[in-house]
Amino acid sequence: MIRYYIKLGMLGIRQNPILSALMVAAIAVGIGACMTIINIDYVMSGNPIPQRSEVLYHVQLDSWDPNEPAEEPNEPPNQVTYLDGTALLGAAEGRRQVLSYRSTRVVQPADPDVRPFEVGARSATADFFPMFDVPFLYGRGWDKSADDTLEQVIVLGREINERLFGGEDSVGSTLTMNGEVFRVTGVIDDWTPIPKFYDVTTGPFDEVEEVYFPFSVSIAQEVRGDGNTNCWKPRDDAGWNSFLNSECVWMQFWVELHGADEKRDYMTFLDAYVESQKRLGRFPRPLNNRLNDVMEWMADQEIVADDVQVLLGLAILFLVVCLLNTIGLLLAKIMRRSGDISLRRALGASRSAIFSQYIVEAGVIGLGGGIIGIGLTWLGLKGIEILYGELEFIENLVHMDWVMVLAAIMLAILSALGAALYPTWRACRIHPAAQLKSL
Amino acid sequence: MLCMQNVSKVYRTDSVETHALREFSLTVDEGEFVSVTGPSGSGKTTFLNIAGLLEEFSNGTYELDGKDISRLSDRERSRVRNEKIGFIFQSFNLIPELDIFDNVDVPLRYRGLKSAERRKRIERVIEMVGLGSRLHHLPSQLSGGQQQRVAIARALAGEPRFLLADEPTGNLDSAMATSVMELLAEINNSGTTIIMVTHEAALARRAARNISVRDGRVSSGKGLHVASAATA
Repeated sequence: MIRYYIKLGMLGIRQNPILSALMVAAIAVGIGACMTIINIDYVMSGNPIPQRSEVLYHVQLDSWDPNEPAEEPNEPPNQVTYLDGTALLGAAEGRRQVLSYRSTRVVQPADPDVRPFEVGARSATADFFPMFDVPFLYGRGWDKSADDTLEQVIVLGREINERLFGGEDSVGSTLTMNGEVFRVTGVIDDWTPIPKFYDVTTGPFDEVEEVYFPFSVSIAQEVRGDGNTNCWKPRDDAGWNSFLNSECVWMQFWVELHGADEKRDYMTFLDAYVESQKRLGRFPRPLNNRLNDVMEWMADQEIVADDVQVLLGLAILFLVVCLLNTIGLLLAKIMRRSGDISLRRALGASRSAIFSQYIVEAGVIGLGGGIIGIGLTWLGLKGIEILYGELEFIENLVHMDWVMVLAAIMLAILSALGAALYPTWRACRIHPAAQLKSL
Repeated sequence: MLCMQNVSKVYRTDSVETHALREFSLTVDEGEFVSVTGPSGSGKTTFLNIAGLLEEFSNGTYELDGKDISRLSDRERSRVRNEKIGFIFQSFNLIPELDIFDNVDVPLRYRGLKSAERRKRIERVIEMVGLGSRLHHLPSQLSGGQQQRVAIARALAGEPRFLLADEPTGNLDSAMATSVMELLAEINNSGTTIIMVTHEAALARRAARNISVRDGRVSSGKGLHVASAATA
């Protein structure tokens, strides 16, 4: 019967082309507006590493000012100090752990005709690559031994490898960065976790860094981070060692833990660590350590901006207005066909058959609205890209994947079905004898 | 086969109560051809609508094939309409966007018959009404008489036991009306019970039995099988 209803639906659309076109347009505009914002919300709130998000934990230790929290109401700082980061790293209580921070370095190409250029660099420990499931095009990350021996090794992003080595396998080649020579151990394939979960302090939607080199080398070369550095206690002096030993938070610590037991044990370890530091005169605030997995951390950091949530609400409201219009149009259309409904009822159609016929027709209209709505969503995203083109990360937010395409169609069909409920119910109530004499 | 006892139908609005049928009683046996006549507003069409399960009645009993109609759910009433009753309307009531084949197909779709069976039945009845060469014409491409023949084909496709015809020749000229009446007689001869509402005495005489309705009651009947003792 469904094929018959689809056929009747198509016929009904052809029978009232203007009304049908208005309904399709109302749904399409509503879906376009709604899906544009939903798409941005979806990209912003997506799981950047779904295969590992439940075993990766971001660590927070409340080493902050005794007189005020790092953030109201009682939040610990969202990064760690060098002292704590290296202590946790050394303890190696998790299955794997990574300490990292971002900096800007200057690459000096071998070709003298090519001018040196700046790159975003990440100083990280060796577990960064396996923990975060970083895909490699060539080679791999460095071994832990490289961390220990301060080996000057480097991993390149795909783009910079294209730029410096023409996209060839550059493993074993050397690269000069800030006057220091590094040996390439690997080239990362396309990798764009959105949001950039491992360091949201440097822009959760910014591109990942272009080069990666050992944390220990970075510290030895006194490479300062260019992300947020927050301090609550004055430093002894402006020197590097004073900075490293300060209460300034400027690096991110992640640990890999499997299951609730490991998480509980690690929390116990963190508490014990903080207690031991308290005995040394640090950590003046009450115990307030945090372990958040990836999605908890994204929620904690409110990665989806409040204004996007407000826009989402408005977009949904707009869709509702469009659907109210659709209800009116559908009602007008169905009432115009009350004679047809009476006749079908007289010839044996039950109320449920009439309901099915008009619901399917609404679904066909919804499908049409959804398909056009996808086009309008694409236009909406392009519009946002043009409007906010100066923001580097905007490109990462305005793409539409197949999940969103399907979601747009599903939302359109469901919206149309929802809008059709009342008119269809009215259609079912049309009396079989009501219109037969006047036909 | 069809038995109405003291059936009443009252239409109510906030201020007006209209008695369309008053203690209407009638029995029709299988294979009969009954005409129902009466002036406008006498209740003929209301009777036909109730007989065809298109309307509910206010009081009385109505049994069709021994089944108490008042106890049927809407779904069961729809099924009875679909399987046992065929309708022929004065203004044909064909769906203008559907071709002849698809118009006749409508009741069969709700019967849930398989495609091949539907096709066989449709072709047979359209052939029977003499429109075999017009299967894929739209109603607008046919004359009034031909459209009524299509409506008759649609009514017959479900092989109903009852054919209810409301002024089937009302919109036709006399030649076409005669041809339609001949077709109805032929259908009746093959065993289908027909109840036909008409206001034309000449057409009513073609039926084996004529019921006259006035003020919502059976007032007289030639060959009346069971007539109500209508009391004012």
